[in-house]
Amino acid sequence: MPIQKEPARRVKPYQIIQAVTGIGCAGYLLYRLYTVLIGSPTYGTETWARFMIAGLILGSVYALIAIGYTLVYGILRMINFAHGDIMMIGAFGGYFTLEAAKSIPAGGSNFSDAYPFAAVLAAFLAGVAIAALSGYFLEKIAYRPLRGAPRLVPLISAIGASIFLENAAQLLFGAQRRDYANPAVLTRGEGWTLVINGAKVILPYTGALTVILSLLLMVALYMLVMRTRLGRAMRAVSENKQVAALMGIDVDGVISQTFIISGALAGAAGVMWGLHLGLVYHFVGFIPGIKAFTAAVLGGIGSVPGAMLGGLFLGLVESLGPAVLGISFQLKDVIAFGILVLVLIFRPTGIVGEALTEEKV
Amino acid sequence: MPMLDIHDIHTYYGNIHALKGVSLTVEEGEIVTLIGSNGAGKTTTLRSICGLQKPRRGSILLHGEDLVAYKPHQIVEKGVAMVPEGRGIFARLTVAENLDLGAYIRRDRRGIQEDLEHVYGIFPRLKERTRQVAGTLSGGEQQMLATGRALMAQPRLLLMDEPSMGLAPLLVDAIFDVIQTINRKGTTILLVEQNALMALSIAHRGYVIQTGEIVLKDTAANLKNNETVRKAYLGIE
Repeated sequence: MPIQKEPARRVKPYQIIQAVTGIGCAGYLLYRLYTVLIGSPTYGTETWARFMIAGLILGSVYALIAIGYTLVYGILRMINFAHGDIMMIGAFGGYFTLEAAKSIPAGGSNFSDAYPFAAVLAAFLAGVAIAALSGYFLEKIAYRPLRGAPRLVPLISAIGASIFLENAAQLLFGAQRRDYANPAVLTRGEGWTLVINGAKVILPYTGALTVILSLLLMVALYMLVMRTRLGRAMRAVSENKQVAALMGIDVDGVISQTFIISGALAGAAGVMWGLHLGLVYHFVGFIPGIKAFTAAVLGGIGSVPGAMLGGLFLGLVESLGPAVLGISFQLKDVIAFGILVLVLIFRPTGIVGEALTEEKV
Repeated sequence: MPMLDIHDIHTYYGNIHALKGVSLTVEEGEIVTLIGSNGAGKTTTLRSICGLQKPRRGSILLHGEDLVAYKPHQIVEKGVAMVPEGRGIFARLTVAENLDLGAYIRRDRRGIQEDLEHVYGIFPRLKERTRQVAGTLSGGEQQMLATGRALMAQPRLLLMDEPSMGLAPLLVDAIFDVIQTINRKGTTILLVEQNALMALSIAHRGYVIQTGEIVLKDTAANLKNNETVRKAYLGIE
């Protein structure tokens, strides 16, 4: 056998651009980190702690929503752009439940303040239920009839569904921003006070609730996907629908259940958003929806742990980024989407980097 | 009544008329083979039976019940399992998870456990690799996995699409031995093969399919000695 000459490895031009951009970004980031932490510190430890707390809370909400994108992408290879609006519906579900609880007299005041645990639980249950139901019907109406169509078609349908849901909500609930009626013990802005560097840092109750609950939900979801019969069926459908059907799996049923689960998580995220940040309106799901999409891509779309990591990471970056880069906090969205661009350039498979298997037909 | 009675099915891929009136029967306990060259309609016949590609005309009776109206997962519940072309294992799942999915329709935990031991008995290689991700198995091991997975459904009728494809000759022998063993234990088998000689040597009866039509049907022994079959499919002058 003739010895084959190893072809000389050519460095392609785009690789040079990639390398230069990468080193440039990394270098600048290190320089900024040095400046703000050691060189000429702008903020004290207490401020960094505040940023971290805010970032973690935001990140855990992003993570919950991002899981929905990743689950649906894993199973249908489509981006469900109406997912943020499902979160909005969940937020409204919780809002009306809390309003109702506030208006029912009980124990000297009202039900919400007298039995805060029950009221918040009811808000979550209502938000989750209505969002899960919306997810189910969204798939049934907007995506199922387009199964088998070219990929662009359901994507456009998703954008249409998103616009529809936003407008329907505006029509039903009006365009004004509504204030979430938290029970008194969960008043926004109140929390445990930590003293760092002699300054008070507040760890808000609503924030703690958000982080803990979303972590619990994420663990539960991970167990569901990895350990249960439904989870195994979901993973099988995500890999090969036809062979999954040959195993006796009802593929349409699994797809429906995936949308129900995604919707439920988005609904929980919506109620957390309302409890912690306070305002709900018909457009409230848009920005978190896009951010969570970014988080899912960042983590590696199709991967559940990737979505969780991506969400938390994005939350932290958004809240720490402006301080580290020394730019206005108004520009935090620029940082988030700038990261999306960088990820797409340097590592399209995301942090977790799950290799996308070729679509088998 | 035959176990499987396919009558005059016409299956299309878009405008392509892939099956032009295929009829065949499989009796309980038989190994029946469907041989033919590339693109003759072998795989399409199996896909029509298991519901992945619905025929536009004709009937597919399993114990007298027409399968055409059912979805693929419902057909599995009626006792039809398939080892698909190219094996179709779930590459990102472990060997054990693949086998578990084979038993997806079953709820009898003890029976599943027994069948799992049974499959590991037939394919000890799989037992050594329970926790391994299936995509990292060799081609032969993947074929074992696909076969074992189909057995986990406890099918009454097993459809096998080219089990010998891409395997080393030694492994082909092993797989065909297993097919015979499975059959002796009571599973009826419809085997699609390009390796006609091998298929005819283990089958009871055979059909020859050409451009979507059955052109010959006979006992396996007769087909093996048939002039046209020898020339066209066995490569023997």
